[in-house]
Order: sequence, then structure tokens, then C-alpha cells
Amino acid sequence: MTSCRVSTTINGDAVEFLCAPEETLLDVLRDRLGLTGSKEGCGSGDCGACSVTLDGRLVCACLVLGAEAEGRRIETIEGMADGKGLHPLQSKFLEHAALQCGICTPGILVAAKALLERNPAPSETEVRYWLAGNLCRCTGYDKIVRAVLDAAAEMAAGTREG
Amino acid sequence: MVRVMLGGSLKNSAGGLSEFDVEAGTIRELLTRLGDQQPQLKPILDKGVAVAIDGQIYRNAWLEPVPPDSEVFILPRLAGG
Amino acid sequence: MAPVSKRPDPERRFKQVGTRPLRPDGVDKVTGRAKFGADFVLPGMLIAKVLRSPHPHARIRAIDTSTAEVLQGVKAVVTRDDFPDPMSDETMTGEGDESLRDIVRNVMAREKALYEGHAVAAVAATSAAVARRALAAIEVDYEVLPHVTDVDEAMRPEAPVLHDDMFTAGVEPKPERPSNIAKRYDITLGDVAEGFAKAEVVVEREFKTEAVHQGYIEPQACLASYGEDGQAELWCCTQGHYFVRNACAKILGMDISRLRVTASEIGGGFGGKTTVFIEPVALALSRKAGRAVKLVMGRDEVFRATGPTSSTSMRVKLGATADGRITAGQAELKYQGGAFAGSPVQWGAMSAFACYDLEHVEVVGYDVVANRPKAAAYRAPGSPMAAYAVESVVDELAAKLGMDPIELRLKNATREGTQAAYGPKFGPNGLVATLKAAREHAHYGAPLGPGQGRGVASGFWFNFGGETCVSLNANQDGTVVLSMGTPDIGGSRAAQCLIAAEELGIPYDKVRAIVADSSSLGYNDMTGGSRVAFAVGLATIQAARGLVETLCARAAGIWGIPPEAVVWEDGHAKPAGANAGAFDPLSLEDIAKVAANTGGPIAGHAEINAEGAGVSFGTHLVDVEVDKETGRVSVLRYTVIQDAGKAIHPSYVEGQYQGGAVQGIGWALNEEYVYGDDGRLQNPGFLDYRVPVASDVPMIDTVIVEVPNPGHPYGVRGVGETPIVPPLAAVANAVAKATGVRMTTLPMSPPRVWQALQAAAGVGPGSGPEG
Repeated sequence: MTSCRVSTTINGDAVEFLCAPEETLLDVLRDRLGLTGSKEGCGSGDCGACSVTLDGRLVCACLVLGAEAEGRRIETIEGMADGKGLHPLQSKFLEHAALQCGICTPGILVAAKALLERNPAPSETEVRYWLAGNLCRCTGYDKIVRAVLDAAAEMAAGTREG
Repeated sequence: MVRVMLGGSLKNSAGGLSEFDVEAGTIRELLTRLGDQQPQLKPILDKGVAVAIDGQIYRNAWLEPVPPDSEVFILPRLAGG
Repeated sequence: MAPVSKRPDPERRFKQVGTRPLRPDGVDKVTGRAKFGADFVLPGMLIAKVLRSPHPHARIRAIDTSTAEVLQGVKAVVTRDDFPDPMSDETMTGEGDESLRDIVRNVMAREKALYEGHAVAAVAATSAAVARRALAAIEVDYEVLPHVTDVDEAMRPEAPVLHDDMFTAGVEPKPERPSNIAKRYDITLGDVAEGFAKAEVVVEREFKTEAVHQGYIEPQACLASYGEDGQAELWCCTQGHYFVRNACAKILGMDISRLRVTASEIGGGFGGKTTVFIEPVALALSRKAGRAVKLVMGRDEVFRATGPTSSTSMRVKLGATADGRITAGQAELKYQGGAFAGSPVQWGAMSAFACYDLEHVEVVGYDVVANRPKAAAYRAPGSPMAAYAVESVVDELAAKLGMDPIELRLKNATREGTQAAYGPKFGPNGLVATLKAAREHAHYGAPLGPGQGRGVASGFWFNFGGETCVSLNANQDGTVVLSMGTPDIGGSRAAQCLIAAEELGIPYDKVRAIVADSSSLGYNDMTGGSRVAFAVGLATIQAARGLVETLCARAAGIWGIPPEAVVWEDGHAKPAGANAGAFDPLSLEDIAKVAANTGGPIAGHAEINAEGAGVSFGTHLVDVEVDKETGRVSVLRYTVIQDAGKAIHPSYVEGQYQGGAVQGIGWALNEEYVYGDDGRLQNPGFLDYRVPVASDVPMIDTVIVEVPNPGHPYGVRGVGETPIVPPLAAVANAVAKATGVRMTTLPMSPPRVWQALQAAAGVGPGSGPEG
């Protein structure tokens, strides 16, 4: 079994790793790099719990091969708070109680951040359809959608918390 | 003396009888004496039942007093999910 | 100290309970720091995989693991030979009383594989790839047997029998032949024949519902480490790590004290994680290999081999006088609970008519087995299906009587003092309050457009208390830490911190809560049964009052006055009156700072078996729109109105209402286990097992009604389970209003709705819009 040697950037840091050709990016993040914030809910791209961005594009890490990370820029939940404080989305999720068990939360936050980067003033419907690939079983989505809309409003107003 | 009724699906566990008079001061005494009076019920009582005293359901409380003239039901034990 | 007085004080004004502070564990969860079941690692750990039966029913003649065992990298293999058969009738009390023999057989098949996916062997190896190769090298000699997956089919005399020692209990005389009917239950009150004789209108309907899964996003996962001295540690995601500890200790023949279980953060449970599936296997592998073993289920394994709820076949009959007084209620409930006895039909039977004050009731329930995974609890187990049937018939009755559905319910509603069909009288409860609130709600009067309909339904769950231990320790800087033993699945740490802060009179931010491992506290019943806010709250109150007693005694010592002369107010010890002395108040920090000098560290604790849980009733309103061309049902508006007794942290109470409602919507509209003729699950993944996504549902409005529970000092009632009970019928009733067609099969997926609409229009199958 030949390992692939991969050089990539994760949350702004240069990272190198070895992985099997068939290993997914999710396996690499969790098992090789200790970045367990991205979760495996299904392994088949149906639940969104492993959402990360790849060169700014929202993807399911379980559908990307580790080897495909070569030369790309990956952002995970671990990179969302920038060291100076929480991202407004993270703060709003806490304020709105938009999480109960929290397993879907990393994926939803990454997905919501990707949405707001594209569309800073989404409607409720746009938020719901963008997040349709992120399953949540605890909240019924109500408080999640409210938190995203509130974060969008705050970010648009130019204030940043923390 | 306390009037004890079998409730829920336990109602038909004593061969048709479902109401008994039992002398008891605590739940444990009540269950022990009921089991002695009605041997058919004894294995069910030993396995574990809930006891409702005047509407208040107790799942495990052997030492809970049973006031005279209270309405007592023996019920299956449940929890939830 | 003396147990806490139960009765709520109506004069009490809360300063912190009832507010909405941030949860103390929240930052970890929004940053990805929080550790869930699959997030743990240990040095040298092995990866385990489970070999599962491809057959829904087969005798296991032999298992040959010899080739697998010698593969490079394989360190241990286990089969049924590694799990001694408990020869007793012993039960383990988790969400209910589970037979230990059945648990052991479910964890690892013995004589037979009883469902597709049933575990037959397991391997621990140096990598997942090696483990998978080892599974492929295990040879199992199966004698394939005929199978049955449908509940009605399983009850027929000619059905293939799963257990040849299953003779239906609860019937006289005892049957001569074994069958798939484990038990017959019946609940009777009065005489239904007499009741129906008085009825002027009667509605009788049959219903069928498919099996659904709790659908937690986190698959079961655990990490076991068994040492050469017979002591072991286990990390797992579970709703009850004390139950896991006791069950695994039993199964592995260990002293309870030698097994330490740490509950990780849990990614959803809803009842599905109140038992054991992979934990004993991981421990057994670790014991054999002498190394730590990590076992994580794949999503398909979760669907095939954990614990969905029952599929059902039901019949309900209600009779009423012309002016709307229901005179009799009758139901027959058949629930299949998978391969072993223990479907929740008993709770379905007890809760079926709980919302109604009836003189004559008869419910017969059948607990049936079939070649499907062993059912586990799912949020108000057994109640949603029964409520779907009863609330649908109530709705039809209302239509026939020309009565508003809420008015019909109010006329017959359970009130304080109503005798339940299962015996005891109800205490104070909020059903009428929720019905009235529904009637007054803006939702109820809002206009509807074409193709739209509005449905109402009510529901109920018993709730329970249970064994609970907490420890509350004061730190030298005046902060306190609460150790609880119930995993936090929905914000309970926040609620418990609020309660402790309220009792102690200190700011919420000075209280932190942790979920302690199984060695750190006495036994705790699992998180479930809507018990944590109620029972852990009760224990926290008791522990806090004990802490206060000690703080006052220490202050008394410092001041040289008797302890009875000290009171605790607003977070400070104060002399009880002018006679006691003119001393400045001492804060918690003041006293804790010198704890070493006054007797040592200061703590309060409680070990209780909480009784006095209050029932929770709810009423839901839903508006739907049905697309006649596709059969698609869209949920336009949803309102949950439910009695919480006293909401400790309203945001998390709302969260339970919203989450349960959406699970119910999924159950009503799309979720189902699809079995092929081959007895195999056709949709073991989230693509085809379709749970609601964000675009499927609107905002879920909530109304928290508070009718205090007399069994709790704040009046708290559990709320977690009731929200899933009304939605199935509420949505079905809305569809009936929108289309004029009564759907009696769940889920009401587009093909089913479309076919029903076609049939109602007198159009045969295959004559769709395209011809």
C-alpha cells in the first residue's frame, strides 16, 4: 500500500500528511490530524456534519479524498473563531440556543459562514435551502435559522463581537 | 386496611380479581402482603411494579407510607426514551 | 439534611430561574472542541469492526474465525462463545426493564441471526482496512430460514416463528404452540358495550404506521480499555453511562467498581442510546487483545442494527352522543418490537385515551416480534402511534358531529381528578389550558388558502423521576461546581446551573456544571423519560440547601452564635435577627475562603430516588398545503402549546417543543423503514430515510403553559417527550381538512397521498395527470 504525501493549508496553517489513496479528507482531519470538530454522521454526503470549505467552496469532507487536498486551502470549524474571539455566527448560535446536542453545529456553522460570504443578506427561505444539506435532529431548525439571520444582520451592520 | 386495585395492563393478572383489601403501612408491606394473598401476582410484584397512591406514582419507594383510606393502584413501571 | 419539601410555593418569585443565560458548555460546542463518542483516542488503540448477518432469519450452525485470527494485524476476534448466556430471568432497568438474556443475544447472536444486520462476530485490528479484511475471512455457516417483517403477517398462525420458547403471555389458557406474539395486554375501565350502546355517532378506523428511527446524527461510538488487572475504562456516547456500566459489568462478569464509564458529549439519543449495542463487544475485544479498542458504527449499521421503534397496525373506535360527549373508547394496538419481546405497546395502550375523561374504555395491545432490529425507546415510546390513531378518530368524530375539534376535546378533556383508563386519578395538569390557549391563538383563526387545511391534536406523556445523585462543591473563591451524572443532551447543564444559582443566591456565572463519570457519583438513571429537569433539579435543590446549611453553620462558628441563629439571604449568611448579634453578612466566598479553618471543604450533595414526576400534556396546531399533482404535503405553519409546569430555561424548553414537533412531522410525512421481500432494509441511509431538512419546515411557534407540578418545589414537569406525540395526528388531520381524504397509513409520503387522492376521485392507479 503506497501512501500519498500531501501538502496543504488548513485554517491558514501549512500542513503535511501521509494518507492512503482511498482515505477521505474527513478521515485525515479526524484520525491523522486530530481535528475532530468535523463529524461523521453518515459517510455518504447526506448529513453535512462533516462540512468544510475547500478553496472557499462548501463540501462534505467525507466525499473528498485526502489526496485531493494537495495544494488547496481547507477551512474547518476549528478555524472559525479567529483567536480574538468567536465569529458572530458562533455567538448568535449561543444567544439563540440554536444547538441542543451540538453534533450538527460545526457543519452548520461552516455552511452558514459559506452562505454569508456569498450572500450577506439572505432571506429565511434562502437560509433554509442553503442549509438543507445539514441535518439537525434536535432543534427543528427554528432557532438555527433565526441565529443565522441575526448574525447576517449584525455582520452587515459592521459590528464584530468579542 | 387499604383498598388496592390492579391498574393498567396488570388488571387481569390475578385471574379475574382486580381489587383487594390489604393491611399495610408502607409500600413494601403492601406488596409483600399482596403477593402472599395472591400468589399469581407475586412474580410480577417481585420483578418490579409502580404503585400509585392517590394519583401519585411511585416507582421504587418501599418505605413510602400508605395512608389508610388512600386509593392505591399497582401499575407497570415505565420510564421513557 | 431532610428531603426537600415538594410542594411549589405560589408566592415565590424567581430571580434567575426562568431567564435565558448562555449555556456553560456552549463555546466548546460551537468551536468543535467538545468531544463526542468517536472523538477519543488512546495510544496503541485498535479499530474494531462487526460482522453482521446478511440474512433476516437464519440458524447459525457454525462460525469459523480461524483464518481471520491469524491475519497480520488482527489482535482479537469475538463471537457468541465470548458472551456467556445469562441463565436467569434478570432484567436490566434502563428506559424500561430489559431482559438480560435478550440484551446479550442482541449484542451478539447466539443460536440464530434474527434480523439482517444482527451482530455475529467482531474483530479488533491495527487498522480499519485490516479489520474489514478479517471480517471477510470469517466463515459463518447459516441455515437460512423463512422470515417475516410485517406485524400483521407475524401474528398469523402460519408465520415463521422466531423463538420456539415464546408462548403468548396474558392469554388464558396458555397457547400450546409458540408464536410471534410475546404478550397480550389489556386495559379496561367500565364496559365499552354499555358505552357504545349510549352512542349516537360511532367512528371506527384502522391504521398502519411504519417503523421509524430516532435519527440521531451521531452513530454509536465507544473506546474501551481493559487492563490485565481486570479493571477497565470505557468512553462512549450514551444517555446513561451508569446503565452501560452495570450492563457491561454484568455481561463481562466484572465487579461494577472495576468498570469506569465516561459519557462523552452525545450527538442525539431520543431513547435510542438508552441501551447497549457495541459497548460490551468493544470491552470483550479489548480484554482479549490486551489493548484499547475503538468501535464506531457506520450509518447503515445504525439503521440496521440499533433500535428503531415499532411499526404498528391499529384499530380505534369511538362513540359519542349527538351533543359531543364521548361515551366509549376502544382500541386494538399491534406493535412489532423487532426480534425480541418488548415493543412499547403497553405504554401505547395506557396513553391512548389519556386526554379524555371516559367512563368506558377498552384497549387491547399485542407485543409482537418480527425479523427486524430490536426496538429501543423513541421519545414517548408507544404513545405517538396510539395518539395518531385516537386523535384521527376524534377529528373524524368532530366532523361528523359538526363540532369544532377543539370544542369536542374541551368537552371531554382530562382534568384534575379525571380517572385515567389505567387506574389512578390525574393530579393538576395542563391539558385544558393548552386546548384553550390553542383556541385563542392567532394561528387558529388565521385564514387558509385553497388546497390548505388546518389540523389539531393533543398528546400526553407520563414522565418519571428516578435515581439521581449530584454533588455541589464550593471553591475557595466563592464559585461552585455541580457534578451531575446525567449526560446533557439538550441544555440541562444550563438549567441545573440556574437552579443552583437561584438556591444559593449567587450569580449564574459563578456556577459551573460537569457530567461526572460513573465512578464519581452514585447511580444515576439515564437521561430520558423527560426526567432531568425534574429529578436532577430536585437533587440540585436538595444539594444546594445542604450546602447552605453548612455555610450557615460555618458562619455561626465564625461569629460564635448557634447555627439556628443564622439565615441565608441573597448569597450571604446573616444573623437571623438583631438578637443574634450585629455581624456583617458573610458571602459564600468569605466563608469558603476560610473553609480549611472551620472544618474543611464545604459541599452539598444529594442521593435520591425522585418520585412525584408530573405528566405533561400538549396541543398542536398545523397548517398544510397539499399539492394534488404530486401528493406533496407542505407544512406552512406550526404551533406547539405544552405544559412545562415551570420552565427553568425557556429557550431549552422551546427547543424540546420544536425538535419533537419536527421529528413528529418527519414521522408523519416521510420517514419509514422500507423492507424488501428479501427481508432486508432497503433504505439504511439518510438519502432514502428522509428526515426533515431545514427547507421542509417553517418556524415552529411555541407557547409554554405552566400548571405547576405539586411534586416539585418549583413545579417543574418534564417536557422532552410529549412534543412528538401530537404531530402525527395533527398533520393527518390537516391533510384531511385540505383534501377531504383521511390518510390512515403513515408516512403520508407523496406517492401514498397521491394514490389516495386518485382513489378518492374515482380514478384508478396508473391514471395520473399524464394519463
